[in-house]
Amino acid sequence: MIESYLPIFIQIGIAILLGLLLSGLGIFIGVKRRTKQKLTSYESGLEPVGAAKHRVSVKYYLVAMLFIIFDIEVIFMYPWAVSFRELGVSGLIPMLTFGLLLLAGYYYILRKGGLEWD
Amino acid sequence: MALHDLLLALPITFATLWTILLIVVEATAKRAQLTFSLTSVGFLILITMMLFPSEQGYAFGEMLRLSPYSQFANFVFALSGLLVITLSQSYLAKENIHFGEYYIIVFIATLGMMLMASAAHMVVLFIGLEIMSIALYVLAGIMRKDLRANEAAMKYFLLGAFSSGFFLYGISLIYGATGEMTLFKIGIYLQENSATSLFWIGLSLMMVGFLFKISAVPFHQWTPDVYEGSPTPSTALMSTASKAAAFTALITVVLNVSSQTENNSNWIFALSTIAVLTMVVGNIAALSQDNLKRMLAFSSIAHAGYMLVGIVAGSDAGYSAVLYYALVYSLMNIGAFGVIALIEQQRELTSASDYAGLFKEKPLLAGVMALFMLSLTGIPPFGGFIGKYKLFAAAVESGLSWLAVVGVLASAVSAYYYLRVVVFMFMREPQAENQFEGVVLNPTLVLIALLVFLLGIFPTGMLRFAGEAMKFAFNM
Repeated sequence: MIESYLPIFIQIGIAILLGLLLSGLGIFIGVKRRTKQKLTSYESGLEPVGAAKHRVSVKYYLVAMLFIIFDIEVIFMYPWAVSFRELGVSGLIPMLTFGLLLLAGYYYILRKGGLEWD
Repeated sequence: MALHDLLLALPITFATLWTILLIVVEATAKRAQLTFSLTSVGFLILITMMLFPSEQGYAFGEMLRLSPYSQFANFVFALSGLLVITLSQSYLAKENIHFGEYYIIVFIATLGMMLMASAAHMVVLFIGLEIMSIALYVLAGIMRKDLRANEAAMKYFLLGAFSSGFFLYGISLIYGATGEMTLFKIGIYLQENSATSLFWIGLSLMMVGFLFKISAVPFHQWTPDVYEGSPTPSTALMSTASKAAAFTALITVVLNVSSQTENNSNWIFALSTIAVLTMVVGNIAALSQDNLKRMLAFSSIAHAGYMLVGIVAGSDAGYSAVLYYALVYSLMNIGAFGVIALIEQQRELTSASDYAGLFKEKPLLAGVMALFMLSLTGIPPFGGFIGKYKLFAAAVESGLSWLAVVGVLASAVSAYYYLRVVVFMFMREPQAENQFEGVVLNPTLVLIALLVFLLGIFPTGMLRFAGEAMKFAFNM
């Protein structure tokens, strides 16, 4: 059973070795001339501003979390939409309820200022 | 058909709709007082619903099981929720966290507990557990600016999520072993086939999840820190109703797999070991605590041990004793935490010595606290005594007399730390003049004390309900 996976393991091993070998060769043999142009971000990329570890406002996380919640809940619509005809009214009522529940949550967020940035 | 299901599961349907109403009202009016009143009304309606006998059966394609059993459990949850929010109000105002959301989250936690008690399908059981747990994590950390509350919420969340993982893994293994997710079908499968080791591993993992929720030793380390750090009324809910919910769900699971666990010496050995450890460790660790919240945390570990004795007994008498004890324990512990919440000032004044001389200044409050302490010890004529008596009697009936002996010895140890509070209140002089100046007795506390007292003197009615709940629980 496990032997049949041997070729895959060999291939993974070769891939790792080859990767290490090639990047190692580049580091040891390659000629390095650090000019100003070479040290900037890639061509047509954005100019770097400030350090990477600067703090992000907590408001961003709030909006991001709310987005994820609603984004995931919309997923439930897809299976229903696919079998919309077969389910008929007995599928419509639960989905309407579900939509109303979401709407109540959305109303709460809106009234409590969850989406206001300032 | 769908309408019939909704009516059969009326308490849960109602609680869900009421939650939406609360959210919309809180968003529109933004008045904590209004949300509080509406939440109390919701709890009152739920309690009233539980007082009337209702139809029993399965709803939503064998997802929910409505019976006198779930009705009794829901009664306990709704009553605890109502008492907790009425005791919370002054505390929240004092600590500057008087949000309407607090009450809504308590209501949602209760909804989760109700789902747990009515679950007939393992996924519903898990969803109920998660609704309850997530609401409780928020309640632990609702004091956003307090460092210890944040620590408590973080610890509770991380460890709780970890134990939920165990629980879910157990569910999947049981499904793998039996091929069923509906609890009674698992029961039928196990009556016809013998249990495989895969099933036992699954059941053990599920038990880890339950034992974490009821904070049984060795899964109890989070309890003292979380109970101490959380706002006191939240702790009251965490230590009572959530434990009651975990116990009712545990009984549901154990009853359905009883063909394998009954007279199974391994099962009885494992569970009685945990029960003994929980009783002994909880009581001994509580002896050295000066902070009352920490002391009650360890005492709640010990009480989980007493209730486990009823589960080990494995008879209807044992299970109905657990139900009865869950009710009495919820009442007296909510009462004790309610008194602590009144005395506490800016998270200080929580050690036993701070209660010195309470009797001289506030005799009624001291009397109420003494009643809760005596009932927690298990001294007659209070409710705690009847509950403990029934639990240990069930153990003796099942031939586990040694377990009852350990339980009685452990509760004898507990008398030291409960009575210590009473001694401070009644026999010491106050530390400072007018120390309890601003403390106003909440009438709810007197009501709880009265209930604990009545459950001790006239226990027959409630015991009959608990017994009937078990009789009709699973005969379908």
